[in-house]
Amino acid sequence: MSDSIILDLPPFALFFIGAFVLLFLRGKTGSTIASIITVAVPIVSFIGLLQWQHGSFNEYQLLGLELTLIKIDKLSLLFAYIFHLAALIGCIYALHEKDRVQQIASLAYAGSAIGAVFAGDWITLFIFWELLALTSVFLILARRTEASYLSSMRYLIIQVLSGVLLFAGALMLIHQTGSATIRALDLNTASFSLDDLAIWLIFIAYGIKCGFPFFHNWITDAYPQATPTGTVFLCAITTKVAVYALARSFAGADMLVTIGLIMACFPIFFAVIENDLRRVLAYSMINQIGFMLCGIGIGTEMAVNGAVATAFNHVIYKGLLMMSMGAVLYRVGHVDGSHLGGLYKSMPKTTIFSIVGAASISAFPLFSGFVSKSIIMLEMIHSGHTVGWLLLLFAAAGVFHHAGIKIPFFAFFAHDSGLRVKEAPTNMLVAMGIGSAVCIYIGCSPALLYSILPYPIDYSPYDVSHVVTQLQLLFFSALAFVWLNLKGLYPPELRSTNLDIEWFYRRLFPQVWTLVVRGAGCFSHCFKLGGVNIVNGLIRFAEKYSEPPAVLARGWGVNSMLLALLSLMIVVLVFNYL
Amino acid sequence: MQSDKHSSNDQSEQGFFDRPSNIQWMLRVFYSICAFLVIIDFFIHRHIETAAEKLPAFYAIYGFVACVILVLIANQMRKLLIRDEHYYENTESSSGKDSDQ
Repeated sequence: MSDSIILDLPPFALFFIGAFVLLFLRGKTGSTIASIITVAVPIVSFIGLLQWQHGSFNEYQLLGLELTLIKIDKLSLLFAYIFHLAALIGCIYALHEKDRVQQIASLAYAGSAIGAVFAGDWITLFIFWELLALTSVFLILARRTEASYLSSMRYLIIQVLSGVLLFAGALMLIHQTGSATIRALDLNTASFSLDDLAIWLIFIAYGIKCGFPFFHNWITDAYPQATPTGTVFLCAITTKVAVYALARSFAGADMLVTIGLIMACFPIFFAVIENDLRRVLAYSMINQIGFMLCGIGIGTEMAVNGAVATAFNHVIYKGLLMMSMGAVLYRVGHVDGSHLGGLYKSMPKTTIFSIVGAASISAFPLFSGFVSKSIIMLEMIHSGHTVGWLLLLFAAAGVFHHAGIKIPFFAFFAHDSGLRVKEAPTNMLVAMGIGSAVCIYIGCSPALLYSILPYPIDYSPYDVSHVVTQLQLLFFSALAFVWLNLKGLYPPELRSTNLDIEWFYRRLFPQVWTLVVRGAGCFSHCFKLGGVNIVNGLIRFAEKYSEPPAVLARGWGVNSMLLALLSLMIVVLVFNYL
Repeated sequence: MQSDKHSSNDQSEQGFFDRPSNIQWMLRVFYSICAFLVIIDFFIHRHIETAAEKLPAFYAIYGFVACVILVLIANQMRKLLIRDEHYYENTESSSGKDSDQ
């Protein structure tokens, strides 16, 4: 460790310090300084990070628990590297953006992610887990539309719910084991009993954050609503922190293979019929996380390597695609496939960067996806999941179909929409250029990526068989696209909403709730009315029988009184002796 | 939001991809590559890990069929799932309007 104060700070600290300083900057000079800080922080922080060795640091005590603020190993370092790179690219991409809210949120969000991957205990992880939610929500709110506001509230509720589940699970686990240290949890032997509830709670908390089926709609809801620059940060960070957490604690969980396969396959159907191209990318993100979860679920060293390598590459190529769509959104004002097309004339550089991102996500040879996704596919076969391998192959063809072809085709080619806009701002182009360079560099020379993977790897993606089979898969997927288009069978881009699981909480539950409230109001009204009528009836009854010569108005004779008194005394006596 | 955009009706501003002859030429190249990829499948030694891969040009057939099935199913899904683009806004907007599609 160096003696320098900056280098002694926790690896995430500079991001929070930068965000804090940004709070006080005002005016034009302040704006310039803010821009410099946003770009400088990831660079300086990354240099500082390189000085850290593996091990546990900054241990502290809280409420009698031994907590570890920083625990560094190869797995956490890899994710920290990629978050630094994503933050740098994102901050360059957002340089034209003078909105201080977004600048502060972006830095604090990236810092939270780095804090989360270095957390050595459940409590520290929980704190950064919630900070991720609280900081990132501003990137959605900053769009400043009613739709984005509503979306951000749903996002916040779901993210905080994930944090609450994590906290509950963590407390139960600490109570059971007496240790707060993050460790591997065995889901395969976990039963549906109270003893293993903690494991399930943590698993579901992670699952919500990385978009498990039924919990996935926060991704497709919030990401298309965020600002053009905000989505670039969002798509890089939250889900990858969850992937890291799953790789840390649930590697080898058989259930993850099944969940991963479902996630890899079902979103591609939605992506094909979706019109909002940023939402297409959000569905594509779920598909890619599905690949990663399969790798983590298989759990061998090679498979986990494949999963985290895919996560690393995914941050860059999905970021690149999101940046290209963000540039279109920034210039055109929307990213509806139905109303785009022909933009390659106005935005040629953005078109090229988008194609690089599309080639990378599709795992074209010489692009980054090719060197990582195949590791998972291969491990799928080696672990005996032949059907799973066929499904992943289907998903790989599908991802080329919707992210590789659909995104560039409908945005930049297809029919000429007549839109003539300026090319993306220079800073956006620089950011996309860096992303493209990283995609191509890793694709052509994967050794550097392989060297930072958590386990030793002996794998060469470039052999004739792999290259030819991958090209066959991709070219014939493209042929299907061409054929379907020529036959008029390809679904046209339509401005629409496609129902998904979110329908339950965005449509059904509000409507049921409205019915319940109306029903309760009606019941309350009827109850009051009925109560008043009953009381009125009683009053009338009392009036009727209390007026002379009715029975209640008659005076009691002495004999009757004595008889009643005697009866009462007998009852008291009997009860006294019982 | 940067809004320096305008629609152009100037048909003379034709791009490379607006000319049908260019598209035809590109498609021919594309079909040739596809054919080439199938032909070389018979000449190279593929690593075979599963029984399915023994089928000649398995990856090509699988990729084509998978994508056609994907799109055909997605077409049917759309019929079931499609709603107006403002579908959720009607129940969620602050005005509280609740008009169904």
